[in-house]
Amino acid sequence: MSIVDKIFKFNGGIKTDTRKTVSTSHPIKKISMPKKLILPLRQHVGRVAKLKVNLGEKVLKGQLIAEADGNVSAAIHAPTSGIIVSVEKQSIPHPSGLPDYCVTLIPDGKDTWIKKDPVNWKKIGREETIKKIYSSGIVGLGGATFPSHLKLHNNNNEIKTLVVNAAECEPYITCDDMLMREKSVDLIEGIRLVLHLLGAENAIIGIEDNKPEAIEKLTVLVKKDEHISIKVVPTIYPSGDAKRLIYLLTGTQIAKGKRSAEYGIQMFNVATIVALYNFINLGEPSISRIITITGNVTAPNNYEVLFGTPLSDLIVDAGGVIKKSSSFIMGGPMMGFKLPSVNVPVTKAMNCVINAGSEMVENNSPVLPCIRCARCADACPVTLQPQELFWFSQSNQFEKAENYNLFDCIECGCCSYVCPSNIPLVQYYRYAKSEIIGERHAKEEADIARERNDFRLHRLQREKEERAKKVAERKANTSSDEKSKVIDEKRKAITEALERIKNEEVSEK
Amino acid sequence: MINQQSPFIQKSSSVTSIMLLVILALIPGLVFYVHYFGVGVLLNLVAASITAILAEYLVLKIRKLPPKVYLYDGSALVAAWLLALSIPSIAPWWIIVVGTLFTIVIAKHFYGGLGSNIFNPAMIGYAVLLISFPALMTKWPSPIENSLSLESIGQAFQIFFYGLEVVGDGLTSATPLDYVKTELLQGQILPDISIASISTSTNLTSTQIVSLGYLLGGVGLLYKKIISWHLPVTYLLSLAFISGFFHFVDPNNFSSVTFHLLNGGTILCAFFILTDPVSGPTTPKGKLWFAFMVAILVYVIRVFGGYPEGIAFAVIFMNICVPLIDNLTQPKVFGHD
Amino acid sequence: MLTSVLIVLFLALIIGSILGFSSIKFKVEGDPIIDKIDSILPQTQCGQCSYPGCKPYATAIAKGEADINQCPPGGDDGVRRLAELLGVEYKPLNEEHGNTKPKSIAVIDESTCIGCTLCIQACPVDAILGAAKHMHTIIEKECTGCELCLPPCPVDCIDMVALQENTENWKWKYPVFSIKNQKQRVSP
Repeated sequence: MSIVDKIFKFNGGIKTDTRKTVSTSHPIKKISMPKKLILPLRQHVGRVAKLKVNLGEKVLKGQLIAEADGNVSAAIHAPTSGIIVSVEKQSIPHPSGLPDYCVTLIPDGKDTWIKKDPVNWKKIGREETIKKIYSSGIVGLGGATFPSHLKLHNNNNEIKTLVVNAAECEPYITCDDMLMREKSVDLIEGIRLVLHLLGAENAIIGIEDNKPEAIEKLTVLVKKDEHISIKVVPTIYPSGDAKRLIYLLTGTQIAKGKRSAEYGIQMFNVATIVALYNFINLGEPSISRIITITGNVTAPNNYEVLFGTPLSDLIVDAGGVIKKSSSFIMGGPMMGFKLPSVNVPVTKAMNCVINAGSEMVENNSPVLPCIRCARCADACPVTLQPQELFWFSQSNQFEKAENYNLFDCIECGCCSYVCPSNIPLVQYYRYAKSEIIGERHAKEEADIARERNDFRLHRLQREKEERAKKVAERKANTSSDEKSKVIDEKRKAITEALERIKNEEVSEK
Repeated sequence: MINQQSPFIQKSSSVTSIMLLVILALIPGLVFYVHYFGVGVLLNLVAASITAILAEYLVLKIRKLPPKVYLYDGSALVAAWLLALSIPSIAPWWIIVVGTLFTIVIAKHFYGGLGSNIFNPAMIGYAVLLISFPALMTKWPSPIENSLSLESIGQAFQIFFYGLEVVGDGLTSATPLDYVKTELLQGQILPDISIASISTSTNLTSTQIVSLGYLLGGVGLLYKKIISWHLPVTYLLSLAFISGFFHFVDPNNFSSVTFHLLNGGTILCAFFILTDPVSGPTTPKGKLWFAFMVAILVYVIRVFGGYPEGIAFAVIFMNICVPLIDNLTQPKVFGHD
Repeated sequence: MLTSVLIVLFLALIIGSILGFSSIKFKVEGDPIIDKIDSILPQTQCGQCSYPGCKPYATAIAKGEADINQCPPGGDDGVRRLAELLGVEYKPLNEEHGNTKPKSIAVIDESTCIGCTLCIQACPVDAILGAAKHMHTIIEKECTGCELCLPPCPVDCIDMVALQENTENWKWKYPVFSIKNQKQRVSP
């Protein structure tokens, strides 16, 4: 094990009560088979998966339900055996609260696996293995849900370092921590596998110092491996953000709009690595994940849950809710969002659900004007000027906001967290960003419409000209000498013929 | 609350608590002030506070803003206190009232209220008073023995309500800055000007001890992270450097570093006036430039200008430059070159 | 007296010649203002402004023949931007030209369509596919929602359907909150 000690600190960040111990006192639990599974067709970044089953079809556990549509997409598999009963719009975990297309599967209770197909990666080579992973449905399980096969492909960039994201910096969330404690062997084996697939030399596990048990377990395992090192970083939110963690560990700042692969670095979350390991080693596609249920529930804990499980079932398994709080937050309290209802299914992105008390979801303190105290700028991990961004966003001066690098903002929420005036800064940035993106989109559409209109006008003009040309040609031809000659000749022939007839008539008489 | 979004947790700090801590940090200096110069300053503070709260309440009513929320933020009170501490404690009540009204109504609310004023409200109030009533504004109290005796308290009340005339001019003296400046203008050289004539029995003059009281409060604010180090440290270092340079070149005509740092409003300015977030710069580099430029201006006005103290004008002038400073000192964004 | 008159005359001469020189030297070719106006217009090509399309309307604005508030699809926002670009006073949308509606697209009821091609000829952006006596259909992505295909249809088989918000085109809304609440928020 090589020891690299230097930690590169980024600007700002916040220290807060992490509330992680609430959900780490018991091992990961499994829950009973739910009565139905709801599988949204888009659980990843990219294009909607293409449906591959029919209504009423019987499927086996691990069978393909929808395949990846193009490169930036991911497949969806049946989490258990059962019957497909509907494909329709249903409530999904999305900040908009809008429904989307989902497949509903009624489990038959037998949980019969389809024939598993483990990949002999040592034999078939890198390219083939990555091709297999394309159909595994594995996406980034840290919450970003970026299809994993794309990251393994790395587009001709030579990858030197694999950064393993084990920071888990958001308060409340402990699913990665528990995974590392219980599946540390799988994780290390998985890291070796991913190192091989990337062709990378070494791996650095970045982990926050509030997970001593996991650190201890992993340290023992990598003691004799000189390719894998562990770097313990201080618990400062948002150290788990991809670019922040890469900087913390390697000192490389990834510029806006660039991928870390261009710098020879690729990052995977620990849960994603374990999922990849399970797919290659056991032939099991992505059908379940570990999720933290915490907050105002009777038994906060981590659960291994099949995708599609209705959240309501999960809450029942966690002993129900304390008090009557019906607000659920998906993800952490810093970057998560309020779920539209408790009836949404568990998806690949769902790492944590917090049953939130009213103190979290009802902000009753008054919002005062910005006093430019710049505490937000001190807390910003991207070194932006949040007070300026706020000023321009709230007055709809989007161009200026962009000049102040609005799109570098990672919406981590540090600025809102520290604001003494209680201003919901991130809400303004989200609004401004989505307006700008909408505007760009409208502009693109307008440009296409303009082009098509121009084209049509040109076409009409051309058609008009061509028609005019034809008419003119016809006219010109009729008045030409040649034509009149022909006509004269014909007339002559006619008069001659008439005369002949006359003559004949005369001679007959 | 509609459409609640993340983050769902927040640090328990508020504008109110910041303002309260600022007021708390003024207390040590205030205690020394009362000890050496009598309770007049307390009367000023009370008058300023009452005027500020009433004015704020009325303006908020007129502007149809909820007074409950905005009065509670405490910003009016801080501005009023800073003004009251800047003007002589032997000023009559109406000076305080006029100054506070100007601070709250014109310098603060005419520009849009909390968060929108481009100038430091207390300094605007001070500058207006200084220009309008120069005679009253340059008369400072002499240190008094037994400041808490019934006699001196009674005297303070008399001055507060009826003006200095009723008790006679015996109580006033020029401030050290003023005194030295006048003497220098009359052709004296520094070693001959007896600082002792305006000091108490201790080595430090009473004004200097008041300054040290403010310093104590300021360090407390730094410790509580209410203010950042950039402004006060740069300001004090710059002022020390400039005055040190001139003193080194010509000790006969230019006062020493300690004289400049501990007299007048230097310390109060460094920790309480420069650090007004609303009218000041926001970027770390910008704060360095701002404080440096204020230090230069203060020194120039003190030594070469027409006024013995130049803080108000220096701060107001630099307030105008804040947008430019902020614009030119944007820090490097993560991942940018 | 005479000297001051001479000085002013001299100055006028110099400044005048500088202006004259620069107007020749830095002459701007073409009229980019039309393109700038056109880039603000939504390119619906609906003709509600009483001009045959967005470009002709842009040209008319540039010439000062048309007002800036005649484009309902561009809406209030569009008028504001035009006002800013041209440095004129904002004015509310002229209702004679219609009201702003949420963006919608045309949908052909394919069971009623008789394949007359009249709508194809009316469409300003060639967004309708089909041939004579064959059912027509609208390319959803290209439709600008100009409604020009509605009047020519002899069987009224075209409907305007407002675009639905979905998870892809959904936007975060402007934050709304009350400044009057006074209860303190609990810290973590």
